[in-house]
Amino acid sequence: MTHPTELTLAELRDALKAKDVSSGEATDAYLTRIEAAGELNAFITVTADKARAMAKASDNKLAKGEGGDLEGVPLGIKDLFCTEGVLTTAGSHILDGFKPEYESTVTTNLWNDGAVMLGKLNMDEFAMGSSNETSFYGPVINPWRRTDNDAPLAPGGSSGGSSTSVAARLCAGATATDTGGSIRQPASLTGTVGVKPTYGRVSRWGVVAFASSLDQAGPITRDVRDAAIMLRSMAGHDPKDSTCINRPVPDYEAALGQSIKGLRVGVPKEYRLDGMPEEIETLWAQGIEWMKDAGCEIVDISLPLTKYALPVYYIVAPAEASSNLARYDGVKYGHRTKDYFDILSMYENTRAEGFGDEVKRRVLIGTYVLSAGYYDAYYLRAQKVRKKIFDEFTDAFEKCDLMLTPSAPSAAFGLGEKFEDPISMYLNDIFTVTANLAGLPGASVPAGLDKQGLPLGLQLLAKPFDEETMFKGMHALEQAADFNAKPDEWWG
Amino acid sequence: MAVDKETVRKVARLARIAEPEERLEPLAKEISGILGWIEKLNEVDVDGVEAMASTVDVSLPMREDELQDGYTGGGQPDKVVANAPKSEENFFVVPKVVE
Repeated sequence: MTHPTELTLAELRDALKAKDVSSGEATDAYLTRIEAAGELNAFITVTADKARAMAKASDNKLAKGEGGDLEGVPLGIKDLFCTEGVLTTAGSHILDGFKPEYESTVTTNLWNDGAVMLGKLNMDEFAMGSSNETSFYGPVINPWRRTDNDAPLAPGGSSGGSSTSVAARLCAGATATDTGGSIRQPASLTGTVGVKPTYGRVSRWGVVAFASSLDQAGPITRDVRDAAIMLRSMAGHDPKDSTCINRPVPDYEAALGQSIKGLRVGVPKEYRLDGMPEEIETLWAQGIEWMKDAGCEIVDISLPLTKYALPVYYIVAPAEASSNLARYDGVKYGHRTKDYFDILSMYENTRAEGFGDEVKRRVLIGTYVLSAGYYDAYYLRAQKVRKKIFDEFTDAFEKCDLMLTPSAPSAAFGLGEKFEDPISMYLNDIFTVTANLAGLPGASVPAGLDKQGLPLGLQLLAKPFDEETMFKGMHALEQAADFNAKPDEWWG
Repeated sequence: MAVDKETVRKVARLARIAEPEERLEPLAKEISGILGWIEKLNEVDVDGVEAMASTVDVSLPMREDELQDGYTGGGQPDKVVANAPKSEENFFVVPKVVE
């Protein structure tokens, strides 16, 4: 039969249930591939022993015809999710040696459904970045390369370990998180599917906090069906997260293949940017044609506040981050400096040594915009513009059921290309950040290759808690695009 | 608004991050660049608009104030300090804070 790592998550799930392959075999096959892919730097920690033990337990259940929806399926976990007894770093030096005494709700849900943990995935430090270059553990390398040269490319970020490990077949699927685009942008840059659910759909308990009013976890997978399966397991009410909404989780997989005839698809004109590569423009136009062919009605919409979304984000997110990251003080967990003479110098030197440049930059900006005298001018104003952006989306969704946009303003870029200029890096999230500000679900689906052979994604946005319609649209897009390109295996 | 070196020094102190003298000027430049870009927001009319802190439109759920089981329950001081860089007898150890 096909090598187990070549199967999609759904195919592997079915093969496991049919006993065509065991979880032990699939897990070993993935561990072998992970070992050979060290160059990609996708994993911070590989939990081989734990994976084999979990696989064995799954095989026992499967032998008896028992087991959950993900029984025996090996997954990668972004290193932002706390995993009991397993090093959890958030990509930061300041969490050195941190082995949580508890398990995040999302990973608990996945293990309860039978999934197997292969290890913890690399990411931008505290999820702050769009290229995975801010990680203390070094950049992740995109398995995709341009056809004409071998320059290493960034896999997007912050969930760069998640996107690379899925694109390079190092796991059947991966968890990820998205605060301004950190699921959808890396998915777009690696030819994978990424879903950021509605804010409140998935519990944030046990996920290392970046910007609490924006953070939301979701899956990165090889195809739309896999994302539907993973999200169903990850989502659900959790009393331990007061912002997690108590409403039933639909069977997203059942929505796939349903007709989207008559759905109204909004196309926001403000997402047409000056200087955007022509190929992205063309792909977007192609996406609109695909939706039309599937029977959708295309609606021109206008979101004039779009240009203010990133500035709002770069006040709200650093403000929340400066508050959330105050907990890293060298007392409770992680790194403590050796260089101190009193409590203040211990705090200051611990944080100076423990945080990287981008994290420091954002904590300083956040502290500044929240400080006396500037709070109203920056933070309060940003929260008000956020409300106007939210209202603008609410109004626009009166006229349409979904919105279709590009996922990212460019294909994968070279390591170092945008690293020195923070604002050019921030612009990566220009199409994705609005969904975080408005709390909406959004997804990236691979839709084509550019002239250099690199994947490009299209984004769908939906109304709050209408992930089912989004999945219907994603599936239609996937069918029409028929994207099945894979990166050449140059590593290992 | 442009921030100067002294402002960066003050903010770094507030944020409890030791920044060496030679980093203050470059940081002032970087942060000023980002704040300049953010200042676009002054173009937006926000009169009478309420400030939005969360997109979740529900009041904070309340529960009975009683000890929970499991992770968030009591009686696990060893687990609370398990990751501390320095601890003794289930206490966190820090430099002297009271004279």
